[in-house]
Amino acid sequence: MAIEKFITTISRVVPIPIEEIDTDQIIPARFLKATDKKGFGDNLFRDWRYDKNNQPIADFPLNNPKYSGCILVGGKNFGCGSSREHAAWAIADYGFKVVVSSFFADIFKNNVLNNGVLPVQVSEAFLAKIFAAVDANPATELKVDLVNQTITLIATNESEGFEINAYKKDCLLNGFDDIDYLISKLPEIEAFEKKYKG
Amino acid sequence: MGKTLFDKIWDAHVVTEIQDGPSILYIDRQFIHEVTSPQAFTGIEARGRKVFRPAQITATADHNIPTMDQHLPIKEYLSAFQVEKLKENCARHGITYYGLGDEYNGIVHVVGPELGYTQPGMTIVCGDSHTSTHGAFGTVAFGVGTSEVEMVFASQCIMQPKPKRMRITINGELGKGVTSKDVILYILSKLTASGATGYFIEYAGSTIRNMSMEARMTVCNMSIELGARGGMIAPDQKTFDYVKDRKYAPQGADFDKAVEKWKQLYSDADAVFDKEYSFDATDIIPMITYGTNPGLGMKITDKIPSLASVDPATKETFVKALQYMGFEPEQQLLGKEVDWVFVGSCTNGRIEDFRLLAAMLKGRKRAPHINTYIVPGSYLVEKQIKEEGLDKIFAEADVELRQPGCSSCLAMNEDKVPPGKYCVATSNRNFEGRQGPGARTILASPLTAAAAIITGKITDPREFL
Repeated sequence: MAIEKFITTISRVVPIPIEEIDTDQIIPARFLKATDKKGFGDNLFRDWRYDKNNQPIADFPLNNPKYSGCILVGGKNFGCGSSREHAAWAIADYGFKVVVSSFFADIFKNNVLNNGVLPVQVSEAFLAKIFAAVDANPATELKVDLVNQTITLIATNESEGFEINAYKKDCLLNGFDDIDYLISKLPEIEAFEKKYKG
Repeated sequence: MGKTLFDKIWDAHVVTEIQDGPSILYIDRQFIHEVTSPQAFTGIEARGRKVFRPAQITATADHNIPTMDQHLPIKEYLSAFQVEKLKENCARHGITYYGLGDEYNGIVHVVGPELGYTQPGMTIVCGDSHTSTHGAFGTVAFGVGTSEVEMVFASQCIMQPKPKRMRITINGELGKGVTSKDVILYILSKLTASGATGYFIEYAGSTIRNMSMEARMTVCNMSIELGARGGMIAPDQKTFDYVKDRKYAPQGADFDKAVEKWKQLYSDADAVFDKEYSFDATDIIPMITYGTNPGLGMKITDKIPSLASVDPATKETFVKALQYMGFEPEQQLLGKEVDWVFVGSCTNGRIEDFRLLAAMLKGRKRAPHINTYIVPGSYLVEKQIKEEGLDKIFAEADVELRQPGCSSCLAMNEDKVPPGKYCVATSNRNFEGRQGPGARTILASPLTAAAAIITGKITDPREFL
């Protein structure tokens, strides 16, 4: 069951310059009652995006026509809190391919990777540069190149490298899925079990 | 060089390491609940597979259930459907399931230890970030996403990069009225909500040693709030005594043999940690949070920090948090009127927590304007509350005891706090909207919660001791 292959992405960005964005904000608990993975994008950032009368809040970046594109940029410690993969499903379902921050929570990072969305961790300084550039010009574009592991502000050609382990990079580039991989390893796992359980 | 406790357990469970990639880690036990498992069942079924090791998986319904009238069908359609789905999925795959009304039902992280599923040296996962709770028994236990739940269904393994190791040492005696909840809120206030991201924590020191198993679970439970993958405590005689004779623990001679093995589970004296912190227990007093992440906490007698004292990089987040909470910089919260009190959750929903609550409520009454959610962590906890007569103390204090579940910790059910209202909660997260849209959460210990029930205000519980 392959995931979508990740290709080099050039896009405008949607900036949310807030730190400690927890997964309860990305998808509030009351939307976790579904038993499939579809449609979570409609409620992405629900309580920041809509007021209590379900009217869009005009200046929230997802509602602001100034901003568009498939790259979401958030402040430090993005995705902290609850392990709900629904947050990753909401981000993917909305159409984001890349999430950029200076720091990701561990579980969230695994969750987005398992859904073909690339988390790009940049330095605090580069993150500040992105926010400043988008603030000055909302048409600012970023290029995210997974093969060379670089993220570039197109207008100024300022660039920074990012880390990803070789295994996960291979999975994303080829659309491989961890579960298929583990199933292929079942003989090895059974051999381990035999030894381990004595 | 010696090994840390974490390395000893992790290394014993590595099936194989992928070069420049994650390890394939064998999982001894997976707990599942209704909210984060349905898509994983759909996933393996779409692959045409059955659950690989159903005997190593345990299910309970806890997140999305009412805490009143549990003998009746669940009213809300989606919630009823989700719980029914779990029951069906478990039946189809041969997984033990504790549903509503079952004597062993309860919050997954309360049930696991009390039934003896949780044993030293294990690797444990669950699609729930508070799986770190089980670390109190010297286990490597952590929360995972639904894709990873499916990995365990398919192979009893997950793919994980190895985290770094951190040790947090706390020495000294805790003062009167200071609980393990205050200890972890204190650590959070020092290290922040991202202070341990990328690490697995071992808690050590005399303060931790002197804690009961319940208190240790509270500390490990909130490791995730520091950003840590998990938190653990080396097992000792208290751990062994707790596990002994529990339903799914090894029995008789098997237990003695297991204890001999468990006694090897400690960090060697020359083991090296990537990061170490140490704290003095005598500096800790009752703690509360004032912001919208658990790292924004302070001593109950302190004032909220001034704008000038906040790191300029985090100022925007700090201001946003105070705006949401309706607080001002430099405000003191002692005496601040609150509206709701929640006692429960996998953080503070065990019998000791209700004993603390009852001891303070005894002979006193709820302030008339206070609404409460008093929610046991499991049916066994509820049973013990009744056996010890704590329910009578609650009734005399005019406080209603509800039925077990996650309840107002994440408010997926009806146990919500209305918009703009303040709730002193013994749970683990004060995120915006966590207890319902617009609800304002102040995290605290069961003692501080009890004091708030009595006075209707944020109150230093030491006044009542």
